[in-house]
Amino acid sequence: MDEIRAIKKILATVLDPEVPVLSVVDLGIIHRIAPLGDSYEVDVMPTYSGCPALDEIELNIKSILEDNGYPFIKINRVIDPPWSSDLITEEGRLKLKKYGIAPPVGHSADKVALYGDQRIIPCPQCESTNTRLVSSFGSTACKALFQCQDCKEPFDYFKCH
Amino acid sequence: MSKSIAYRYTLQIADNSLILGHRLTELCGHCADTEIDLAISNIALDLLGQSRMLFQYAASLSGSTEDEIAMLRSEGEYVNCLLVEQQNEDFSQVIVRQYLFDTYYTLFLKALSQSSSSDELRAFANKTIKENAYHVRFSRAWLMRLGDGTQESHDKTQASLDFLKPYIQELFIPSQVDTAAIADGVGVDMSKYVDQFHTTLQADFAEATLSWEAPKYHVSGGKDGRHSEHMGFILSELQYMQRAYPNSEW
Repeated sequence: MDEIRAIKKILATVLDPEVPVLSVVDLGIIHRIAPLGDSYEVDVMPTYSGCPALDEIELNIKSILEDNGYPFIKINRVIDPPWSSDLITEEGRLKLKKYGIAPPVGHSADKVALYGDQRIIPCPQCESTNTRLVSSFGSTACKALFQCQDCKEPFDYFKCH
Repeated sequence: MSKSIAYRYTLQIADNSLILGHRLTELCGHCADTEIDLAISNIALDLLGQSRMLFQYAASLSGSTEDEIAMLRSEGEYVNCLLVEQQNEDFSQVIVRQYLFDTYYTLFLKALSQSSSSDELRAFANKTIKENAYHVRFSRAWLMRLGDGTQESHDKTQASLDFLKPYIQELFIPSQVDTAAIADGVGVDMSKYVDQFHTTLQADFAEATLSWEAPKYHVSGGKDGRHSEHMGFILSELQYMQRAYPNSEW
């Protein structure tokens, strides 16, 4: 168990290349760490099917664990259960906001998140709730583009998924 | 579950995503404004990612590799439906094609997630449902805007719908592979969902002020490997890198 905790601690230093303030642990994509033979296996959940960062993330996980004395880690890509933005940790949400990306609002099972734009997304810069959706698709699969109507700052919103 | 039936059934699903995704990538950088370009590129990326998941599963069933399956089959071995290979004639045709596919896919993914005997396909469907919901929202919203927009956008959208409607039936009528997969339990019988599909269509077309008459003829054959002439052009571009530089990798 201590070893697993140690591995998790190391994984907390592996950052998402597309949102470089979030670690893979903050993002909630580490589904499971378990002993496998003399070593360990790590189950990683892809966020979006086409996320181009995934290969790089897996490579980074492997190499950082190698550097820290775990040379034979096996990485499994699992889609069951599917990743959801609900799995982003509290700490992850704070980091997102500090970085200027509005964290997901609400629960992914809530259909409004998926079908409607009625949700109020507070501006991560000035906290104003007077914001508008500019584009429901953004710079990466996981983000939408908003603009604050008060401070005028455009900002990314990490979609509720 | 028969491996060879599951393999061929998985290819039908994967090829739809691959070819539609490829069609959308052709628009990257060519859309009318940045928001549409972002949306189309993101949807293309989702579709390519989905096809990749399925090709990896198919490779595990057949003992080959995902690249071989995705990039090195001949035209007659691709089993996507004809709808997804139709051209990007204009923006309205892109939107109508996407709307028809997304609406069908909503029903298909739900059925697959509930009743396929394959754990992998159920997991795939559960993961993809959320992405597809986002796609429908985009294509449906644009169908409304174009259909109920200016006279010109309305007429073009109506023409696109009239052009594409003969391709709808193929989505629902079981091919030989579908029939075998349904009997095996791995596949789902989409012919049960035709009425539900058309109910959704009628409501949306009414809102978009588009008129609907049942098509006078239907076109099919893609799921059996008989494609429209567009398919060769698609593959010549899609397969170029693997043909020119065999075994090249990212």
